[in-house]
Amino acid sequence: MLSYDLVIVGGGPAGMAAAVSAHDNGTENILIIERDDSLGGILRQCIHNGFGLHRFGEELTGPEYAARYRKMVMERNIPFVCNTMVLSIEDTDNGKVVTAMNSDRGVFTLDAQAIVLAMGCRERPRGALNIPGTRPAGIYTAGTAQRYVNIKGMMPGKNIVILGSGDIGLIMARRMTLEGANVKAVCELMPYSGGLNRNIVQCLKDFNIPLLLSHTVAQIHGNERVTGVTIAEVDEKFRVIPEKSQYIECDTLLLSCGLLPENELTQAAGIDLDMITGGASVNQNRQTSKNGIFSAGNVLHVHDLVDYVSEEAELAGRSASEYIKRGAVDKKIVKTVSVGKAGGIRYTVPQRIDIYDENDDVKVYFRVGAVMNDVTLTVKADGEVVSGQKKRKMAPGEMEYAVVKKAVLDTMPDAIDIEIVK
Amino acid sequence: MENREMICINCPLGCSLSVSIDGDNIKVSGNTCPRGEKYAIAEVTHPTRTLTTTVRVANRSGSFVAVKTKNPISKEKLFDAMRIVNAATVTAPVHAGDVIIADMLGESDLIATADKE
Repeated sequence: MLSYDLVIVGGGPAGMAAAVSAHDNGTENILIIERDDSLGGILRQCIHNGFGLHRFGEELTGPEYAARYRKMVMERNIPFVCNTMVLSIEDTDNGKVVTAMNSDRGVFTLDAQAIVLAMGCRERPRGALNIPGTRPAGIYTAGTAQRYVNIKGMMPGKNIVILGSGDIGLIMARRMTLEGANVKAVCELMPYSGGLNRNIVQCLKDFNIPLLLSHTVAQIHGNERVTGVTIAEVDEKFRVIPEKSQYIECDTLLLSCGLLPENELTQAAGIDLDMITGGASVNQNRQTSKNGIFSAGNVLHVHDLVDYVSEEAELAGRSASEYIKRGAVDKKIVKTVSVGKAGGIRYTVPQRIDIYDENDDVKVYFRVGAVMNDVTLTVKADGEVVSGQKKRKMAPGEMEYAVVKKAVLDTMPDAIDIEIVK
Repeated sequence: MENREMICINCPLGCSLSVSIDGDNIKVSGNTCPRGEKYAIAEVTHPTRTLTTTVRVANRSGSFVAVKTKNPISKEKLFDAMRIVNAATVTAPVHAGDVIIADMLGESDLIATADKE
């Protein structure tokens, strides 16, 4: 059986960044396993710009951002296999076993001391949305449409309605418009958009595409092909208001209704998941509930910016490398505290902090459940406020973080809470 | 004097900007970096956008390569630019950074952002 120090599942931005940082931290016997035909993940089809401002201090397109990391992987001669699907991960008494398959080798197994999970996420499909109506052709997730247009050079339709105002939906509204389609409306169930402000401006307002907040698609019409949709306003409980509905003729419906971390492997390996993020529950080093198995990027929680995916994956890669250097044992933990959340915070990553004899600052990332203005973000240790930060605006579409200082952790608190105070 | 509210599109922060225009005297507030001010002034005088799209690869059937304007171009010329780009083809191999159309519309080079061997 082939033996590796570190196996990385997924060769997108998270997998590549984890590999590079593990390598630079002294781990050389690495294998990246990618199911597509080359490294880069979803960035390959994200031809728009806006990537890399934090990481590289310049504005790059998706393929350019991916190429930077691909180059780093190549320069270090980090081995990777493409067109290969990981089927399972097992944590046995004799180490970790990864079972994968491809057309050259069939089903094969690998030994690993540590694993980084970097499988990314997928889009919520129609089947998960329960939209009433017929089942005609012409209904695509925004990402599928993006692949058709940007990679294959095919237009999925001419008259488009988009449900969901996530960033991919907004980006596709502009992309389809530039390619000659008529994007009639973007409907958003929530009273606010889930996309970035900049995308609402440059993808919708620039082209006078209406954004209908508190609206949903109430019915899909058409037998062979979509012929139209009935859209309707919703009340505060997201119920359709029949009097406020209208019919829009269209041949295509794009869905941009959220992303789901792809954790079938994680779950089957018996790793604890966070029900809100849909990803693994991790400590500050991005270690899951199983020692030596780490998780980073959109498989852990959905990020707004690839720059933060890279940052998180570098942390996971470095942590995996440290774990391997210690001889595949975890660092001595003094105590573990779960991170409490209050005042409208939906989730935190990490979900728990392991406190050691020597600690580092810990960045706790989180999302809020609703738009909030003029609030204070506080960190509490054993119920006492240890730091506070004024925030002008916080929105569900934007990931935020609070820092728990080393000095706070060194006092060995029994409780850490992140709380938003009005 | 005229006041305008806008959202900066330079980066994902999306700062809310207030612009007051008094003839040639344009004042910007709400920005967290100098690029915000530059953006707001451009937006009220001469708005520009970077265009990203794809070009057909003539010698690779059904294959496209991602491209962008090297510099932002006038916003009102985006559709003119799309017509030019969609009429163009490129011959592989192409590498990121290669100029596909020089000085398009007198505004910017169009360059490849990906490789096609």
